[in-house]
Amino acid sequence: MLDLRKPAGFFFLLLGLMLAGAGLLRPDLRGAAVLLDINLNLYFGIFCICFGGVFLWLSRKA
Amino acid sequence: MTLTLTLLDYSILVTYFLFVLGIGWFLRKSVSSSSDFLTSGHSLPLWITSLAFLAANMGALEMIGMCGSGAKYGMLTSHFYWIGAIPAMLFVGVFMMPFYYGSKARSVPEYLKLRFDEKTRGFNAITFAVMTIFSSGISMYALGILLQGIFGWSFTFSVCASAAIVLAYTYLGGLNSAIYNEVLQFFLIVAGFSPLTILAVKKAGGWQGITHTLGPKMTQSWGHMAHASDNAMGVELIGLFMGLGFVLSFGYWCTNYLVVQRAMAARNMTDARNTPIVGAFPKMLIPFVVILPGIAAVALGQMNLGFAIPLKPAGGPDYDKVLFTLIQHFYSPGMLGVGLTALIASFMSGMAGNVTAFNTVWTYDIYQSYIRKDAPDSHYLWVGRMATIFGVTLSIGAAYLATQFNNMMDFLQLIFGFVNAPLFATFLLGMFWKRATGHAAFTGLVSGTCAAGVTYCLTLAEGKGGYIAHLWEFKTSMAQNFWVAIFAFWVCFLVTIVVSYFTCPKPVEELAGLVYGVRKVEIEPSVWYKRPAVLATAAALACIALNFVFF
Repeated sequence: MLDLRKPAGFFFLLLGLMLAGAGLLRPDLRGAAVLLDINLNLYFGIFCICFGGVFLWLSRKA
Repeated sequence: MTLTLTLLDYSILVTYFLFVLGIGWFLRKSVSSSSDFLTSGHSLPLWITSLAFLAANMGALEMIGMCGSGAKYGMLTSHFYWIGAIPAMLFVGVFMMPFYYGSKARSVPEYLKLRFDEKTRGFNAITFAVMTIFSSGISMYALGILLQGIFGWSFTFSVCASAAIVLAYTYLGGLNSAIYNEVLQFFLIVAGFSPLTILAVKKAGGWQGITHTLGPKMTQSWGHMAHASDNAMGVELIGLFMGLGFVLSFGYWCTNYLVVQRAMAARNMTDARNTPIVGAFPKMLIPFVVILPGIAAVALGQMNLGFAIPLKPAGGPDYDKVLFTLIQHFYSPGMLGVGLTALIASFMSGMAGNVTAFNTVWTYDIYQSYIRKDAPDSHYLWVGRMATIFGVTLSIGAAYLATQFNNMMDFLQLIFGFVNAPLFATFLLGMFWKRATGHAAFTGLVSGTCAAGVTYCLTLAEGKGGYIAHLWEFKTSMAQNFWVAIFAFWVCFLVTIVVSYFTCPKPVEELAGLVYGVRKVEIEPSVWYKRPAVLATAAALACIALNFVFF
């Protein structure tokens, strides 16, 4: 049976890389978000990379 | 109000859909029997079943609706979780799951057949099947309207595209695929909306700032519940406890096969019992993800920051659009894609959950029971797959039917009162009173359902109901729904008891494992921290503590 931690881990890792990459390349990207005053893409991207990494580590541990 | 997506946002959306379809594709190899396809073959670990138990209920109507309710009612909305979900989840895990799992019933209607008789099973199977199709269809309708209004996508494209994706992964991998994707969707929903909560609350000055700006009526959950006229919900304590906390809540969490099916997919009895109990822990924290942003939005609207609660064209606040307004003001391109994907994921988890519950009830409780018995298992596997296609198609039809009415979502809430409320009375008596008979259960169910209809037709709320007479007017539709459920429950309960005394019960030996006190259900021993009673006590104490914190 497929271990869900693997696809979940890869998904969040990939999502994190996309967001963190956007955060690094375009730190001033805000769009219509007038109340946003931080680089949300970068911070959330790093969080997703860590989150995905934990899932992948748990799946390898199992 | 429209939101503009960039290439990055669409890339995130497409990536998610590829993973969802990929999971379905990989899981198709694990399906070789109808049991694998329809019930997961009782093979899933606890962490998956508990999160799926939670996620199956977390549809986008809840995300959008709870955020809007937070803006309208404040912390009173938390009652839907801390009173309207947690106690029932603990109850089903501790007291009812031994009978569901131990009876080896493949579905909730099948339990009714084992405990009572075929006609009781048939009535529940049909009403449940209709309810799941409406639920799934209304989710599709709401998704179509949402995407049409926010992004300018065509209604037909939105409905058909989402239906096609749900059909693809549920057809391939069956219940396993639906459950796996529900768990992925749970993490995405929490991850997608948590930043919004943190940013909105921080911008509004933290919880202290919000309390200072809005006052106690919006930030306390119990302070104004003594009288219906004191709070915006129009509900008093009796209606809250009996309607939401007991009848509707227990009726949903204890008897709705959509969620019970996830617990029954567990590997063993202990995991099955612990599924709703472990799920209760994250459930009681969900208000901070979905309700708090709505409350923060009201505070932001009073702070001259260029933020305002959106208005309807005819005037008055449009609380259903609060979540989108927050997303528009706080999410840049990239996170916008995450938020949109989380929203679509929550719609799809609701659709897939209803479709997988429908195909199981259709295959085992309707087709195998009444149309073709004793066919080889491969035939029922094929029927299960065809029922998936059939269910999705009917749901699309229900979505288009919903476009003809302007109050389908209220209608859905009412259906829950008609179906789940009397059903809970039947289960309560069936599981805990061996004198309850099959004729009584059927009569009670029909009577309770009729009582729900009569109550609705004799009362009025916000211009709805009162088709026979206007004996009472409720302040809100919510209060009316609570009392419809209360009457449905008590009529079913009393009729079942009375008719039981005039009809013959099953012999006691046929009730073994189906009723409390008739031969103890075998429960495997477990270490103390895995015992359902211990976990349930911890969850109950945590929930009570939250109520005190926000009293």
